Amino acid sequence: MTPVQVTGEVLSLRRIGAYNAMTVVAPGVAESAKPGQFVTVAVGGPDTSMLMRRPFSIYQVRERGVYGGTVEFVFSVEGRGTRWLAHMQPHEPIDIVGPLGKPFALPREPATCVLVGGGYGSAPLFPLADALRERGCRIDFVIGAATEERLFGALDAKRISATLSVTTDDGSVGLRGRVSDPLPEVLATTKADVVYACGPMPMLRAVSRIAEEAGIPCQIAVEEMMACGVGVCMTCVLPVVGDDGETRMVRSCVDGPVFHGERVRFDDIGTIPADAVGAPEPPPEPKPVGKRAAKAQQVAEAVR
Amino acid sequence: MSTTLTVRVGTPAATPASTVDMSTTLGRFELPNPVLTASGCAGAGRELNQFFDVAQIGGVVTKSIMLRPRSGRPTARMAETPSGMLNSIGLQGPGIDVFLEKDLPWLVEQGARAVVSIAGGSVEEFGKLATRIRDAGGASMIEVNISCPNVEDRGQVFACDPRAAANVVQAVRRATRAEVPVFAKLSPDVTDIVAIARSCVDAGADGLSMTNTLLGIVIDTDTMRPVLAGVTGGLSGPAIRPVALRCVWQVHQAMPEVPILGMGGIRTGLDALQFALAGASAVSVGTETFHDPSAPMRVLRELTKALADRGFERFSDAVGLAHQPR
Repeated sequence: MTPVQVTGEVLSLRRIGAYNAMTVVAPGVAESAKPGQFVTVAVGGPDTSMLMRRPFSIYQVRERGVYGGTVEFVFSVEGRGTRWLAHMQPHEPIDIVGPLGKPFALPREPATCVLVGGGYGSAPLFPLADALRERGCRIDFVIGAATEERLFGALDAKRISATLSVTTDDGSVGLRGRVSDPLPEVLATTKADVVYACGPMPMLRAVSRIAEEAGIPCQIAVEEMMACGVGVCMTCVLPVVGDDGETRMVRSCVDGPVFHGERVRFDDIGTIPADAVGAPEPPPEPKPVGKRAAKAQQVAEAVR
Repeated sequence: MSTTLTVRVGTPAATPASTVDMSTTLGRFELPNPVLTASGCAGAGRELNQFFDVAQIGGVVTKSIMLRPRSGRPTARMAETPSGMLNSIGLQGPGIDVFLEKDLPWLVEQGARAVVSIAGGSVEEFGKLATRIRDAGGASMIEVNISCPNVEDRGQVFACDPRAAANVVQAVRRATRAEVPVFAKLSPDVTDIVAIARSCVDAGADGLSMTNTLLGIVIDTDTMRPVLAGVTGGLSGPAIRPVALRCVWQVHQAMPEVPILGMGGIRTGLDALQFALAGASAVSVGTETFHDPSAPMRVLRELTKALADRGFERFSDAVGLAHQPR
């Protein structure tokens, strides 16, 4: 499962709702990719001023196409890099690295799996669903987005799932509200064994919490900002509790992007928790000076 | 009409790339070729070894190692900038114990040459780190990251104060075996880089790594606050290349006998050649590795070809050449 760097070839670019999906002929990447893993691509051409590779979850993989193995990833045009990608033409070369990161763990026995996707975060859930169905698992989908056109894969989800719940923030389709809103009921009615989720961090936090309250294991794939995607830059860290109970700032690119939801300290993202391994020592309490202060300190210590 | 033979002065006939002698030295450290990784851009080599054989390049400069494990700064830690990036990682790392137990032996096992970068908050810490590395063995060179705040001097950065920089260099030099060169990594954020360089050399530095990142800020115009949680960050990438190159130029001009490991926005073999011509005996490829994980190997290939195309038989003949009159 070692990642490779190849000069791939754009096979096709298509619109899916508000998103773009690019298929790249990427021999060596496609063959070993597992659900939940991602690729990174260089953007802007050979003399680009944009140095950071853009990471994308792998959507579809074809191990042996007419042109060799292909990977497809979904993106939303948000900035200069993704705008450049959206203007690529078939047959143009693209520098792609993958597959990267830890994939979703699959249940050993057939199980009932609830897959929760926010926005185009549902993209990696489709190859996951395929792998789960091959193992005889039941799939129930919950997908949500801000608006109808930002939902990803509703039709496919309906086709392969026992039940599908849809939410939109504006109520343009499905339930009005967040993707996590119908989740407790879905978990209860399906008697879910496991939850898989991908999407924005606030959504993953809500889903993890609901799964934990229901006592159901939950795997989440995070979408953190990355610079290198291969584990050297230390940009994409977040506080995660390890098997030994210790919190570490771990890299979402190589230690993730898939984590156990209950292990991620969502409330502490954007901070270094004081009890994390290697956290900065708190500054020493300033010592009071002068006679009066010394007396005050004695009193304070006496009542401690 | 007479036949004229055009001779382009300074561009002799090309030599085959395979015959260019790429070997170089950094003090007493002999390298098969002059392309290394840059500290903080290659971990301890393991991740990049998936993309190229780390033993094939001149050396692996490790992420700066500290005495204790360190969690670094809160996120956001990175912002992309035009032809560069701003980072504020805060030296997250496992600490010297884990490094000596797992990372350094791994590099040695691969046959890679390990340049160990060290960082500390006090002169004493730097000395202790050097002692630990000496006792463990396996390091080909020490790069002293003096761009750290000195906890004993109100967080003033060592690299910005000639005396503090010299104290650190002296402590590390004393604790290191004679055959292992000690290089001080200088910050470009100083008024007189030559003065700092001289101070480090006088304190026993065998050479200088130039340069570290430049301090910068990016403000998010939606939140109207700094992007980085640490507010300021180090600017790296091609955006800083002319500044780094100028530093190498000035220091080589002032002290041509002092070996320089040059770095700052090197993306291609021609960028590396610029650093060599300015006076660098070897180069580190840093931020470009985030863009292209195979970059150090590619830069080596491109540099070799660039030298061959210009008729060089030895890389070392290019070092400092730009200072000679035409």
